Amino acid sequence: MKILVAIKQVPDTATQVKIGAGGKAIDTAGITWIVSPYDEFAVEEALRVKEKRGQGEVVAVCLGPDRAKEALRSCLAMGCDRAIHLNDPAWTAADTLTTARALAAVIKQEQPQLVLCGRQAIDDDMGAVTAQLSEVLGWPCAAWIMEESVDADGKNVRAARQVEGGLEVFDLPLPAVISAQKGLNEPRYPTLKGIMGAKKKEIKDVKASDLGLGAEPPQLSVVALEALPPRPPGRVIQGDVATAVKELVRALREEAKAI
Amino acid sequence: MDFALTEQQELIRKEVATLARSFSADYWLEKDRSGEYPWEFVKAFAAGGWLGVVIPEEYGGSGLGVTEAAILLHEICVAGAGTTGASPIHFYVFPPMPVVKHGSPALKERYLPAIARGDSVMSFGVTEPNAGTDTSRIETRAERLGDRFVVNGRKVWNTNARQATHILLLARTAPRDPAKPFAGLTLFFTPFDRTKITVREIEKMGRRAVDSNEIFIDGLEIPATDIVGEVGRGFYHLLDSLNPERVLTAIEAVGIGRAAIERASQYAKERVVFGRPIGQNQAIAHPLAQAWAKLEAAELITMKAAWLFDHGRPCGAEANTAKLLAADAGFEACDVAVQTHGGYGYAKEFHVERLFREVRLYKIAPVSQQMVLNYLSEHVLGLPKSY
Ligand SMILES: Cc1cc2nc3c(=O)[nH]c(=O)nc-3n(C[C@H](O)[C@H](O)[C@H](O)COP(=O)(O)OP(=O)(O)OC[C@H]3O[C@@H](n4cnc5c(N)ncnc54)[C@H](O)[C@@H]3O)c2cc1C
Repeated sequence: MKILVAIKQVPDTATQVKIGAGGKAIDTAGITWIVSPYDEFAVEEALRVKEKRGQGEVVAVCLGPDRAKEALRSCLAMGCDRAIHLNDPAWTAADTLTTARALAAVIKQEQPQLVLCGRQAIDDDMGAVTAQLSEVLGWPCAAWIMEESVDADGKNVRAARQVEGGLEVFDLPLPAVISAQKGLNEPRYPTLKGIMGAKKKEIKDVKASDLGLGAEPPQLSVVALEALPPRPPGRVIQGDVATAVKELVRALREEAKAI
Repeated sequence: MDFALTEQQELIRKEVATLARSFSADYWLEKDRSGEYPWEFVKAFAAGGWLGVVIPEEYGGSGLGVTEAAILLHEICVAGAGTTGASPIHFYVFPPMPVVKHGSPALKERYLPAIARGDSVMSFGVTEPNAGTDTSRIETRAERLGDRFVVNGRKVWNTNARQATHILLLARTAPRDPAKPFAGLTLFFTPFDRTKITVREIEKMGRRAVDSNEIFIDGLEIPATDIVGEVGRGFYHLLDSLNPERVLTAIEAVGIGRAAIERASQYAKERVVFGRPIGQNQAIAHPLAQAWAKLEAAELITMKAAWLFDHGRPCGAEANTAKLLAADAGFEACDVAVQTHGGYGYAKEFHVERLFREVRLYKIAPVSQQMVLNYLSEHVLGLPKSY
């Protein structure tokens, strides 16, 4: 079974984000880049499906600039068999739909039976690519999945997600798109051998024209990024306990409207 | 000239950092309190195949160099593990090195794969109470008895002996000849036989979880097949591995210094006294900046020494210089970090206290600052030997 995992390179979760000069993007200077954590669940799940079946191929795909190669290399170190890097100036301003179309085009070429994504990338938190991708492909999609199992003959996948108070379980015919939620698995750390092996694995560069795509203006454009207003300072309520508690309850009820 | 890490080294750096950071500062604080060996940490690195970093591929390792081992230990220390985290991993790089370089194929076949898997735990027995820095005067003797040796003697500061399965041991096999004091010493790599070796732990300033011990060897039998290299040439076999060990300890000191500076800088931004963050005072900011600059310089010479070694070039001057500057820079950084924290720097809860105690070690071991200066005076500057 061939499985394709779509991953995104995002700033490290510990990054203190600053808004860039134009006010429409973040300042990327000095940022450490990582594979988006939800995508790591997707990579891990793909590797487990392959390992459980004892055969198959896991292909990692990433749309992004040159630096995104490092993210693909990490996926190869985790155990993916090869990688595809969608890297073209035409995609510099790609919105989620453009990204989904590019991924769909590569998926049509690769013809995997299963596509795994993270439920959302943790940079812009759009959470739209999985749905748009399955729409463009015309494939069934199950999002925010916490449990998954592909049946023995590779025809269907059963997927479950958490809903208020329980699990919702779906059957989807393959090929299908699934997005991973936290809890699906515990992603492995790449081993030193995995890292050394990654050097020898292929990362194929793909341009828009290789997929028969051209530059398209993004349909979604950022108007402005605004920093959160600074938090107002806290207030210490003075006085003896009885009066202070009264004042606290009053403030919580009337000012903060918290109780 | 190229100062960049290769793509693979960069990936190693990143992945070790992630793995090492999955062990929190509180994990290390707890180990320091309880004195329990950090097995969880060692096992996580074993599972990732990291312990075999310098073991050749044909013996189950990854066959990488001192540069990669240095990156590994640097990231472990930057992550806040301190010497408590670094030493157990360090011991998978240094004691095996003479075996890799000088061991017979049979010896390597017998021991290296288990080391690469992390199934063996090693200690290293050179230092003795009555010899100290003057290794030529060690008194532990190995007497030949047919195809085996019987060892009697005493070693001190034997790190890891509480859990060691094996020991790299230096012993006298011929009387000391004042004309050639370092000849007649033989190096063994052999099982740590607890029926013949008694271990007594030394209470020490830091790194409580990783034991250092006095060991008493009484009739330990070692088959001749456990000799590393040639009989009588053990000291020289060891020498080739001492430069890498200096590099590793240097980079550990740098990494610990970085962890301390990172904590202190964060604290200096947050702690408000006299209505402003303390880091706004140059008396707080400048020592941190100065310490950072010294760490940066120490790291450069350390990585240069690693590069020289991996390229088969002489690196004695650089490896010794690295250990000298890094031990000082790491210590200064931890000291500044404690000072930045004020009273809280003295509290265990803020972690720099532990780093401060641990980093002190590097000015003493594996070789003291004075002995490094002796080396540089004599071998680099050509000055007469003073002792
Ligand atoms: C925590 C810890 C772990 C260790 N682990 C190990 C281990 O696993 N295996 C092992 O074999 N050893 C180990 N050591 C031992 C370490 O390598 C020695 O402590 C170190 O080499 C110094 O030897 P010494 O303690 O005998 O000092 P001494 O030789 O007694 O020296 C005392 C002082 O005098 C100075 N001095 C001596 N001679 C001269 C001279 N000619 N010129 C100038 N100054 C001089 C020294 O620099 C030192 O400051 C460890 C030590 C410690 C503290």
